[in-house]
Amino acid sequence: MGFLADRKILITGLLSERSIAYGIAEACHREGATLAFTCANEGLKDRVTDLARQFDSNLVLPCDVASDQEIAAVFSELASQWDGLDGLVHSIAFAPRAALRGDFLDAISRDTFQIAHDISSYSFAGLAKAARPMLREGASLLALSYLGATRAIPNYNVMGLAKASLEANVRYMAMALGKQQIRVNAISAGPIRTPAAAGIGNFGQMLKRAAEATPLQRNVTIEEVGNIAAFLLSPLASAMTGEVIMADAGFSHGAGLMAE
Amino acid sequence: MENIEQRVKKIVAEQLGVPETDVKIESSFVNDLGADSLDTVELVMALEEEFECEIPDEEAEKITTVQQAVDYVSANLSK
Repeated sequence: MGFLADRKILITGLLSERSIAYGIAEACHREGATLAFTCANEGLKDRVTDLARQFDSNLVLPCDVASDQEIAAVFSELASQWDGLDGLVHSIAFAPRAALRGDFLDAISRDTFQIAHDISSYSFAGLAKAARPMLREGASLLALSYLGATRAIPNYNVMGLAKASLEANVRYMAMALGKQQIRVNAISAGPIRTPAAAGIGNFGQMLKRAAEATPLQRNVTIEEVGNIAAFLLSPLASAMTGEVIMADAGFSHGAGLMAE
Repeated sequence: MENIEQRVKKIVAEQLGVPETDVKIESSFVNDLGADSLDTVELVMALEEEFECEIPDEEAEKITTVQQAVDYVSANLSK
């Protein structure tokens, strides 16, 4: 039996075999968790259903996180299928493409700020609010962040602000849920070539430079992020909450300069 | 060693979940092979991995058929 045996986990943000959510689902499934997934709209349902099947799951619930009704519907449906929830993975972020390239001030606007924060940060709290009645003691909530939350990174722009908000969200949610021994953490993963990352300007260059400047001399994989996620979702991490764990091959501990 | 055209067709077939025999040199990913926008993003990623090259956004947008993919890869591998 794996270290997530008997644990029921809802994973958002699964879109393809290259999604970080896929790496997380893989590790959680391997460790014995029972999984459910959300998909952002009906058009993606078949795609996500096919992927879910790889993890022995037939629970795919439509959820546009911009809608409170859809969030509520996810948990009323989930509560009819499951007697409780032990884990929630938030692997969702969005900003209009034009905001994620070029000069930060030229690219940002009130609209893109609002959308980025709503979809990429508020939604974590929104999902947790709706999930709360069915969260069991010892449950673990997890979000995905990026270094752009704490450092200025070219092209990441307004998404950096949204990730900073998401990381603050992790700390406040940890405080709110701690009394029930429910933990909230984030993984700040190094850049990974996912379908979502394709929206970030000049992403290929960012991957190449990051790989050269990490102590491990490479980028990280969705499988590696998945393993850390599985650990954080499990009772093995029972003393950890409110944390943002760096999973970046050490990049953030250097000064961004290449080794000889 | 397979030539570039064969390798591209193989990736297109795998990525879009269509039989390799349906993938013609003139096939359009969206119009002929039923790709949606996410498929095309993933297809470009798969091509980048296969040919260990970097396809910038502006170029990726112009690759809408098998022929265009083959042309892009051929031009950039010979550099």
